[in-house]
Amino acid sequence: MENLIALLVAAPLLGAVVLLCGGRRLDKAGHWLGTLLALGSFVVGVVLFLDMLGRDGEDRAMHQHLFSWIPVGGFQADVAFQLDQLSMTFVLLITGVGSLIHIYSIGYMEHDERRRRFFGYLNLFLAAMLILVIADNYLLLYVGWEGVGLASYLLIGFWQHKPSAATAAKKAFLVNRVGDMGLSIAIMLMFTTFGTFAFGDVLAATGAETSGAAAPVSEGKLTAIGLMLLLAACGKSAQVPLQSWLGDAMEGPTPVSALIHAATMVTAGVYLITRSGAIFNGAPDAQLAVVIVGAVTLLFGAIVGCAKDDIKKALAGSTMSQIGYMILAAGLGPIGYAFAIMHLVTHGFFKAGLFLGAGSVMHGMNDEVDMRKYGGLRKYMPVTFATFGLGYLAIIGFPGLSGFWSKDKIIEAAFAYDDGIRGWIFGGVALLGAGITAFYMTRVMLMTFFGEKRWQPTPDPHKDPSAEPAADGHGGEMPHPHESPKSMTIPMIVLAFGSVFAGGLFSLNESFVKWLEPVTAFEHPHPVISVPAITGATMVVLVIGVAIAWFMYGKRPVPVTAPRGSLLTRAARRDLLQDDFNHVVLVRGGEHLTRSLVYVDHTLVDGVVNGTAASFGGLSGRLRKLQNGYARSYAVSMLGGTAVLVAATLLMRAV
Amino acid sequence: MNPVNYLYLASLLFAIGATGVLIRRNAIVVFMCIELMLNACNLALVAFSRMHGNLDGQIIAFFTMVVAAAEVVVGLAIIVSLFRSRHSASVDDASLMKL
Repeated sequence: MENLIALLVAAPLLGAVVLLCGGRRLDKAGHWLGTLLALGSFVVGVVLFLDMLGRDGEDRAMHQHLFSWIPVGGFQADVAFQLDQLSMTFVLLITGVGSLIHIYSIGYMEHDERRRRFFGYLNLFLAAMLILVIADNYLLLYVGWEGVGLASYLLIGFWQHKPSAATAAKKAFLVNRVGDMGLSIAIMLMFTTFGTFAFGDVLAATGAETSGAAAPVSEGKLTAIGLMLLLAACGKSAQVPLQSWLGDAMEGPTPVSALIHAATMVTAGVYLITRSGAIFNGAPDAQLAVVIVGAVTLLFGAIVGCAKDDIKKALAGSTMSQIGYMILAAGLGPIGYAFAIMHLVTHGFFKAGLFLGAGSVMHGMNDEVDMRKYGGLRKYMPVTFATFGLGYLAIIGFPGLSGFWSKDKIIEAAFAYDDGIRGWIFGGVALLGAGITAFYMTRVMLMTFFGEKRWQPTPDPHKDPSAEPAADGHGGEMPHPHESPKSMTIPMIVLAFGSVFAGGLFSLNESFVKWLEPVTAFEHPHPVISVPAITGATMVVLVIGVAIAWFMYGKRPVPVTAPRGSLLTRAARRDLLQDDFNHVVLVRGGEHLTRSLVYVDHTLVDGVVNGTAASFGGLSGRLRKLQNGYARSYAVSMLGGTAVLVAATLLMRAV
Repeated sequence: MNPVNYLYLASLLFAIGATGVLIRRNAIVVFMCIELMLNACNLALVAFSRMHGNLDGQIIAFFTMVVAAAEVVVGLAIIVSLFRSRHSASVDDASLMKL
């Protein structure tokens, strides 16, 4: 059974190699091959899952050692896989949602000439993401980490003829590099501290995992490693301050936004923190930093999501915010890990479903993304409306649906951070975030599917996806919204089922928490206020959020051109000025830094070097004049020299 | 007579010779001044020999004469060939050996 683990990765990797190297011969069948291999990986995952269920909780983890990668003295890097409950959860999510999105892409990318390449990239992403979650050491995890970064770059910039897509891809890659730097520093720190970077050894060496006694490694070191891991997680999971790339990443095709930038890759940071739980447990300061980052991001993303008119960017803000919830939960320690992962899985269902719904809407509306130009679509796209609606109810935490079970638990855990003021602050932020979530998702829902039609003519995008929308609708063609083909609606329906039932299923008898407990440990949270009160409060803010959105976008007609809005709205439309901040502080600052360094280099360093050279040159120029060719001047120097020597000799004698 | 006087004379001759080497341009005169310096040295050596009462100085003086003779041969040959090529015996004209 353990030999099957490598097959999980091998299938999509084979797909990527064949599709990317195969050339045009595969154009006709490429997408089927890619989808089939993704499904194959999913089937392997399910087989392994069933096998795992057949064993007891403690010995469910499986290992497969493939080969020794870099054996150099004390430095041992192996290509070895470890499949435990945590990895298994991710494997099923990645291959399951991944397969659905492959199927969806068959329909969505039907008219794209480079569809084969698209599926190659998708398979490459699957392979890298699977390596990331089943690696048994941090170095191999880093390989997967970089692999998903690469796949994300390729897919965001898939329509590279659009300058905006090319720029967005570059931006995502660069911002991710900052986080990657954190991960590589963390790995180096681990190696110098523990002499190894295998999960088992590192996490056992922290010692805090089981005993809770003074760890053999100093807390300072653990904090440093923890903070570096947090930086890595911030980059990959689009958390403040490295979140700016996610909004722009929506330039990629919608299935990519759904798979990579909502359901799987961006959750890698949550996986990393949960996986490294033992390190964070031993470093409360790092944990506090994680919680703060999560809390800030969940508000930040939610506020951005409220102001965006681009349906995908609104959903991207929402993704940021929901991952903020997960990071927050992961920072809470053993009371939160399981809920972070549970929310991650349910979020994977409903956010992928929402994105696919958004893609379906765009598909029917000639690739229009501005929600102000939608409206009244529920009659024209009943299946999309129903699945999107279920995803919507799930994400706002409607009682009984997935989001309700997972998000409520995180809010409870946040209130249980400690007995004092911090528990109130973090719990309050999580609660507020739930209200804002209800507001912006209702806004998206109302603007897209309800109200009157605000459709604008646009040029036909299928011939040229790069075409900018015609200036104020001159010479374009009115959209004819229609339901999407079966290959697109079926994945949406499946994901909608997940959005509805997954959370309840996981919470039934606390099965999900018990499933993860051997890996992440679990303690029951003890919130500062009682659980029913929290649930009640969540319901109240939910209703308030929905009500405000209804008054703003349901009762009143939505203007086609965005009103100027308040100061906050305008700031939120610009991602809360994050790009401006980056530009002023990092870009300009970097420019000034490099300029001053160049200046120092030119004046000081070059000055010293060139000055030395010039002074020797000048000296030699003067010394050269002594060689004038006149025998008599040489005679003078000889005579003078001799006289000096004689005088010196005599003087020495005299003394 | 006090042999120290010979030393004064030798110094005088040497000074005259050195001055000649430094201020005259004609190679032949320079050459003669060099001879004068050599002979001033010889005189000093012989005087020292006398003062110390041994023959060392005189022997060195003989060596000097031999070397001077050889030098005259080589030096005159150079001066002659120089004169042939440049039609001048000025030492300042032959100033090509410089940077």
